[in-house]
Amino acid sequence: MATLEIDALTKSYGAVQALRGTSFDVRAGEIFGFVGSNGAGKTTTMRIVLGVLAADAGEVRWDGRPLDLAARRRIGYMPEERGLYPRMKVGDQLTYLARLHGLSAAEARDATERWTETLGVAARRGDEVQKLSLGNQQRVQLAAALTHDPDLLVLDEPFSGLDPVAVDVMSGVLRDRAAAGVPVVFSSHQLDLVERLCDRVGIIKDGAMVETGTIDELRRTETQRWVVDGPPGALWIGAVPDARAVRLEGSRTVVELGGAGGGSGVDGAGGREQAVLRAALAAGPVHEFSLVRPSLTDLYRDVVSTAADETAPTTEKVPA
Amino acid sequence: MSATPSGTTDRTLGAWGAIRLVAGREITTRLRSKSFVWLTVILVAAVVLGGVVLNAATSSGPSAERVGLTPATAGLADAITSTGDALGTEVETVDVADDAAGETQVRDGDLDALVTGTGEDLTVVVDTELSPGLTAVLTTLAQQAALADAVTALGGDPAQVAGDVATAEPTVRTIGEPSEFDPARYVTGLITGILLFMAIMISGQLIAQGVVEEKTSRVVELLLATVRPWQLMAGKVLGIGLVGLGQVTLVVVAGVATALGLGLVDTSTLDLGTAAAWALVWFVVGFVSYALLMAALGALVSRQEDVGAVTTPVTFLMVVPYIVGVSVAPWAPDNPLVVWLSYVPLCSPLLMPVRIALGSAETWEALLALGLSLAVIPVLVWLAARIYSNAVLRTGARVRFRDALRTS
Repeated sequence: MATLEIDALTKSYGAVQALRGTSFDVRAGEIFGFVGSNGAGKTTTMRIVLGVLAADAGEVRWDGRPLDLAARRRIGYMPEERGLYPRMKVGDQLTYLARLHGLSAAEARDATERWTETLGVAARRGDEVQKLSLGNQQRVQLAAALTHDPDLLVLDEPFSGLDPVAVDVMSGVLRDRAAAGVPVVFSSHQLDLVERLCDRVGIIKDGAMVETGTIDELRRTETQRWVVDGPPGALWIGAVPDARAVRLEGSRTVVELGGAGGGSGVDGAGGREQAVLRAALAAGPVHEFSLVRPSLTDLYRDVVSTAADETAPTTEKVPA
Repeated sequence: MSATPSGTTDRTLGAWGAIRLVAGREITTRLRSKSFVWLTVILVAAVVLGGVVLNAATSSGPSAERVGLTPATAGLADAITSTGDALGTEVETVDVADDAAGETQVRDGDLDALVTGTGEDLTVVVDTELSPGLTAVLTTLAQQAALADAVTALGGDPAQVAGDVATAEPTVRTIGEPSEFDPARYVTGLITGILLFMAIMISGQLIAQGVVEEKTSRVVELLLATVRPWQLMAGKVLGIGLVGLGQVTLVVVAGVATALGLGLVDTSTLDLGTAAAWALVWFVVGFVSYALLMAALGALVSRQEDVGAVTTPVTFLMVVPYIVGVSVAPWAPDNPLVVWLSYVPLCSPLLMPVRIALGSAETWEALLALGLSLAVIPVLVWLAARIYSNAVLRTGARVRFRDALRTS
């Protein structure tokens, strides 16, 4: 089983440095979510993987060897801006693209039939692409990435513009391919979807990967936050050393435990969270006490906003 | 993922395989397009109709003059038709029963003239006037009759004298350039010039539009993940070129067939087959040269609306030799501008075939121009491939020519 390795890619467009040493890898059978704000370098990275763009430095390896044209033909690719001939019929188009990937005419026809069935656009095979709705064009685009039974899937924003049913179909196909051992890498701004679907996530910022790992790995931060629903925090927070109230809203208090031993996981607080609970109970009844599990969206906001303005308050910052 | 053994064939696609696939798509797309089919039909119809109109315009007046002969003058039938042939007037003789019947037919317009009387005393009956052609024929006939009488009276043999007279002709010695105007050559030159210009222009525009279409729709990104830029460009040029060649061949064959069928070039020194073959050769050379430029320039823009503007320099480059070819060359084939431009690559394909059709170019001149044009093609290939590869993925604003030449 092969791994896609992206190794220290750099690329600049004139004065703009788009990639500064981007590195990550996507393993066999893994769905990798590629996340980052607009202009962070996701599309540039994918284009370099596909060879439509040349990197200034760095290397893309497949199975330990640099990716060549023959290996690239085995990739299923979905470009950010959709690319299909508007006036060509769906069936002809998919067959043509499959043949460019090296399939024989008969194989290409079979694959076209199979994937248009799977993706629910079989009835539109005889229609010109421009006559299809955007969602259906998207399905055809995905079919174009799948007809040649690729060894690797690289999809730039495959979910943008899809209705919920189509999102489910698309997710199903990606899971299915990954289960067959195909590494899948896709970019998306729908972070809840990435969180649900991906085995690992990479967050890119200003052309460099700032975080890579499973969602749980990304959650292991220096500090832990606990939610206490009970007596107002102001009444008891002073009794706990190292604890800081992040938010005080009536009965709900969010407490941050920092410093050494803040650690990771529920057990990582070294029992100091119990001190918080005891202090709260001492002030009145507690209805809820739980560890805050930041969503990918929260993690992403933290990562993206920190370096951007170190000194600004990090709460409630919404990236554009 | 070498563990997916689903492929039954080995999935390698060589350069030629990729080019063939791309070319195949271009050909099917073009052949299925209504505008292409209609343009071909219109071009073929225009050439055939043009030939017919030309034929009607050049052949003077009604075909044969009908001359009635009474039993007394019936013996003159052969003499009248053969004299007519010699003088270039086609005469058809018709036997009538008697003078009265003949006069009725003349009055009705069935006959152009009625010849009555006897040998040396011929009377010609006409409705209003005798046509110049028939006047000459019948006058000659009367003169020959008079001459024959005199020869007989002098004891000679009228038949032998007539034979001597018929074969007597002066020796013509040419001391200047033969500069006679040959309408068949003129028309062929004109049609060749217009046809090649149209065909190369249209095919070139198709190339540019095709490149931009792939850029606009972003499908080029998908294509370039599987084939190299030069393969994509070569396939496009090959596909559209083959369709264009087919179209031009069809029009040329229709034109040649019309000309031969109607006998339009019977009196000309024009070798239609040679001119047609050269026209096709020059189409191929011209198409390839201009298609490469068009593909490169098309890659600079991202919207169909910009195709016209970006290809203007090349269009201008085509218009100059075209205008010279159809406006100056037919009247002054040896004009220095015409001669020199016909050697210049990119101008040759539009000018040299016109000169060949006009008969003003020697074979070595045509071959020299062909050699020069072919020598430039590798340069054009290099230039076009470079610009195309550098510019085709840059969408948005028009890519500057200088930036496209630079390595990215």
